[in-house]
Amino acid sequence: MSIQTLFYIAGRLIKGLLVLFVIAIFNFFLIRAAPGDPAKVMAGEAGAADEVFLQQLREQFGLDQPLYYQLWVYISNLVQFDMGQTYRQQMPVFDLIMDRLPATLLLTGTAFVLSLGLGVLVGVIAASNHRKWIDSAISVAALVFYATPLFWLALMAVLLFSVFLGWLPAFGMETVGANYTGWDRVVDIAEHLVLPAMTLGLFFTAVYARMTRTSMIETGRADFVKTAKAKGMSPARVTFRHTLRNALLPVVTLAGLQAGQMIGGAVLTETVFAWPGIGRLMFEALFQRDYNLLLGVFFISSAMVVLFNLVTDIIYCLVDPRIELTK
Amino acid sequence: MNPVLKVEDLSIRLPVGADRPYAVNKLSYSLYPGEILCVVGESGSGKSMTANAVMGLLPKAIQVDKGAIIFDGKDLISLEEKRARDLRGNRISMIFQEPMTALNPLMRVEDQIGEVFLIHSNLSKQQRKARTLELLKDVGLPDPEKAMRVYPHQLSGGQRQRVMIAMALALEPSILIADEPTTALDVTTQAQILHLIKELQRKHGTAVMFITHDFGVVAEIADRVVVMQYGDMVEIGSREQVLNQPQHPYTKKLIAAVPPLSAPDREIEDRAGQKPALSVKSLCKTYVSPGGWFKPARTVHAAQDVSFDLYRGETLGLVGESGSGKSTVSRCIVRLLDADSGEILLGGSAIQDLDHKALVPFRKQIQMVFQDPYASLNPRKTVGRIIADGPIAQGVPVAEAMDRARELLKLVELPETALERYPHEFSGGQRQRVGIARALAHNPQVLVADEAISALDVSVQAQILELIDTLKKKLNLAVLFVVHDLRVAAQVCDRVIVMQHGKIVEAGDTKAVFEDPQHTYTQNLIASIPGADWRSEHQPTAVGQPA
Amino acid sequence: MSILRKLSTNKVALFGLIVLVFLVLVAIFGPYLYETSPWKMVNRPFLPPMENTDLMLGTDTMGRDVLAGLVYGARISLLVGLISTMIALLIGVPLGATAGYFGGWIDEALMRFTEIFQTVPSFALAIVIVAIFEPSVYSITIAIALVSWPPVARLVRGEFLALRNQEYVLAARLNGQTNRNIILREILPNTLSPIIVMASLMVATAILLESALSFLGLGDPEIMSWGYMIGAARTVIRQAWWLSFFPGVAIAITVLALNLVGEGLNEALNPKLSGKRES
Repeated sequence: MSIQTLFYIAGRLIKGLLVLFVIAIFNFFLIRAAPGDPAKVMAGEAGAADEVFLQQLREQFGLDQPLYYQLWVYISNLVQFDMGQTYRQQMPVFDLIMDRLPATLLLTGTAFVLSLGLGVLVGVIAASNHRKWIDSAISVAALVFYATPLFWLALMAVLLFSVFLGWLPAFGMETVGANYTGWDRVVDIAEHLVLPAMTLGLFFTAVYARMTRTSMIETGRADFVKTAKAKGMSPARVTFRHTLRNALLPVVTLAGLQAGQMIGGAVLTETVFAWPGIGRLMFEALFQRDYNLLLGVFFISSAMVVLFNLVTDIIYCLVDPRIELTK
Repeated sequence: MNPVLKVEDLSIRLPVGADRPYAVNKLSYSLYPGEILCVVGESGSGKSMTANAVMGLLPKAIQVDKGAIIFDGKDLISLEEKRARDLRGNRISMIFQEPMTALNPLMRVEDQIGEVFLIHSNLSKQQRKARTLELLKDVGLPDPEKAMRVYPHQLSGGQRQRVMIAMALALEPSILIADEPTTALDVTTQAQILHLIKELQRKHGTAVMFITHDFGVVAEIADRVVVMQYGDMVEIGSREQVLNQPQHPYTKKLIAAVPPLSAPDREIEDRAGQKPALSVKSLCKTYVSPGGWFKPARTVHAAQDVSFDLYRGETLGLVGESGSGKSTVSRCIVRLLDADSGEILLGGSAIQDLDHKALVPFRKQIQMVFQDPYASLNPRKTVGRIIADGPIAQGVPVAEAMDRARELLKLVELPETALERYPHEFSGGQRQRVGIARALAHNPQVLVADEAISALDVSVQAQILELIDTLKKKLNLAVLFVVHDLRVAAQVCDRVIVMQHGKIVEAGDTKAVFEDPQHTYTQNLIASIPGADWRSEHQPTAVGQPA
Repeated sequence: MSILRKLSTNKVALFGLIVLVFLVLVAIFGPYLYETSPWKMVNRPFLPPMENTDLMLGTDTMGRDVLAGLVYGARISLLVGLISTMIALLIGVPLGATAGYFGGWIDEALMRFTEIFQTVPSFALAIVIVAIFEPSVYSITIAIALVSWPPVARLVRGEFLALRNQEYVLAARLNGQTNRNIILREILPNTLSPIIVMASLMVATAILLESALSFLGLGDPEIMSWGYMIGAARTVIRQAWWLSFFPGVAIAITVLALNLVGEGLNEALNPKLSGKRES
């Protein structure tokens, strides 16, 4: 990796941190923009009646101090990963989120790999059969999945595979009380993972398939593809050696941008499947009106997106030799 | 001698709804070993169609209707696709017009050339590498060792075209098809590439089918010539025959439209007592390409100490290759760009520092005609509004401005009915007339023509040049003609300024500069013009000048 | 009106358009023609569909008419989708136009701002905004608009960036036209096609967002919506599949129709103006 590449990545990292900083400030003002006593807003439904807890919050966040001081306290706490306490769980917000994060990463990671792989494959098939029936079939299917609400698809999957067919578990991440260990546990989790990952992945499969198809068709018209054909290459070889690699660049960009959407999708999927990740945590926070927890989850998911975008940038950097020149 | 490629009664059908039923119609000609056959025609003449049919590159919607292309005893049209592929890149290869996009941006040069061996030969990795290096040396790339490892974006246009040629000649094909390979290049680079193709062709005895629109290029390299018009071959013959004794009226017309290189005699007026309409003094403009956070910025001097005067009734040519700074200078003068330093005196008033508002009255005095007839007219406005909107913005009542637009249409020889129509209903040449009418709507003293004809076909070019010349005389305009085509400059300009790397390297009366260039760059530039010997003696039938 | 004519030659898009027109009619006139309130208990709870000819789609957990819910829900879905898209356009178009036309530091600043909004997971942001400002039609619409404008801004900026150096725009500058005139009269009309296409797809996305928010219980408590119906029926899916099935189909059909129309518009408008114009 060249020096420029490292500088480029460093630049991206700094930019990502700046974005997080702005989000933190946004969070801070959001709490104070909410109607009512900020301490009560932070404490949530359950904690708002407990005067001791409220006092504790006021002290911790300096809520009786001037605004700039509060902001300072807030940011410096955040830098030390301190986002305050939740009343109901009696646990630091940050620890609670970290507790739940692995489950979300497992779910979104699986869905991401699944949808990207499948989407690119399907998109390539469609593009190679441009204007034939298989292309139309894929396009229609992609359009339908693109239009279907994710949470509804999840419910219908539960209905079909769990209620009617009884093939797969519908709720949770592990069988409650089974206490599996080792390989059995892996299988158990995998079984629980199938439905949520599938429903979360389908929408994105549709997105990636459409993108890959368009990009393949457009790249197929490029001059260098003509050059490759003029070399006497077989169509399959032209597709894989020349068209696909170039066509994937915009898909990589899109995949990075979709990271945020995936977190949003996870809130819905985890809610339906009772998957114990931060999406479900967000729903719980919503339900308990625990805004401090809600904003904590929001911040951490933003951080995940920033991190993910950084990874995409690095991948892009490795794939496209022109990047140093363009940015 | 047996032809290496024989086109027999070839007809290629266009999709329904095209402007004519056939892309090429009943075409027959032969390509002989060791010759360069130029296929010439204007855009839309179907000149590239046969080549694309040979290479199997015709778009799906376009089908060969009947006829044959015989290569090596086999008909390429009916040949099984797999066997046809064995010939492509191997026995027949092709290079394209756009060097910037014809190479895969994600692959190293070495791999792109090596691919040809990979497909058609059994060479080992070492052998492929050695052959590739040899090829890069053959095509004259500086530092071929390094060139192996670079990506296309790290090469200039001319260098990329060399890589394309290396790739095409890798397996010593019998036929090389070159589809306008130098059109996108500057004139000096073009001369080098033409020279290279000729040299390699001699060395290997390759038959070359060279597709071009430029009769200068034909004169430079052709052995024989095919002239195409609307899908028909209207003339075929040796270079001397076609260029010097054309038979078909269309060929005659095309050749007549090519301006001869020699500048005609002009009356040189004494401007001593006159005040210049435009005076540029020590103009400087530097571009600083924005570096990233950690990247050093790059500076380009687009204009360095540029000074000249322009008088009413004369045409001053601003000549140079791309990157010479001629466009920057012209855009600074009309204040589309802000110069870093220097003075621009328009009718005696300094306009270089005026702000948007203060500039408005001066806009009337200097106007511009643009290069691209398609991009220079707003597609959503009627021609009438396009012409009249300028004066309306300056406060002229709408009705009056529209009346004036009607007059202007007459002046540029367009029908009055054009007023209510939209740009897409007009041809490139007609649109350019609208562009001229718009520029004249303010009654300017100075007209800047920024490559105003370079996007047009050669026969249309002549008409537009004639129009500008007529208008110049009629309206006593001062014309600044920014142009890269030296043939055009020789014909239309009273004086020329030659620019290189942002500096004026030579300036003087056109005839003097062309007949006795002083600066080595000017000499090189003039020597690079393809077909320089051809038609420089003859006295022209060309337009826009006293016979 | 040749956009319509072009659309009508595209069968798929025409189908989408017909469905859409039907949905709009339902949204406008449905509540007057189908007067059963979606909140009123009309029969026993959990009445399956097709059993009672007056209640074709059955009743929900509280004995309310499911079909009435669908009819009344159409209004809120389309309304929120439309208005939030309009607000998003009102934010995105001027911002993108300013950034693209003026370039330089203005562009830099505005695009950094946009980038932040684009990095933030948009659905999570919408949840946070609606939750903190209390669920209502207004907060939902605003939240959706706030997370939807960045792509508009980027699109418009890109178009302006490409068009501002087009020769006809330079000619307008040479004519002494004001920046305002150039932006509004020369450039903006030529960016309308991609904006229209994007807007039609944004309405679809907004409808999906609204339904997802309502599903999570962040809908306006005063108004019946498709997402709320599914959310309320989530826990009883084993007993009453129809309660979540029908509203979901309604959402999918609406969004699909909008997407079909959007794609049709894209095909009709975007094969980049070969100088063509609608007249």
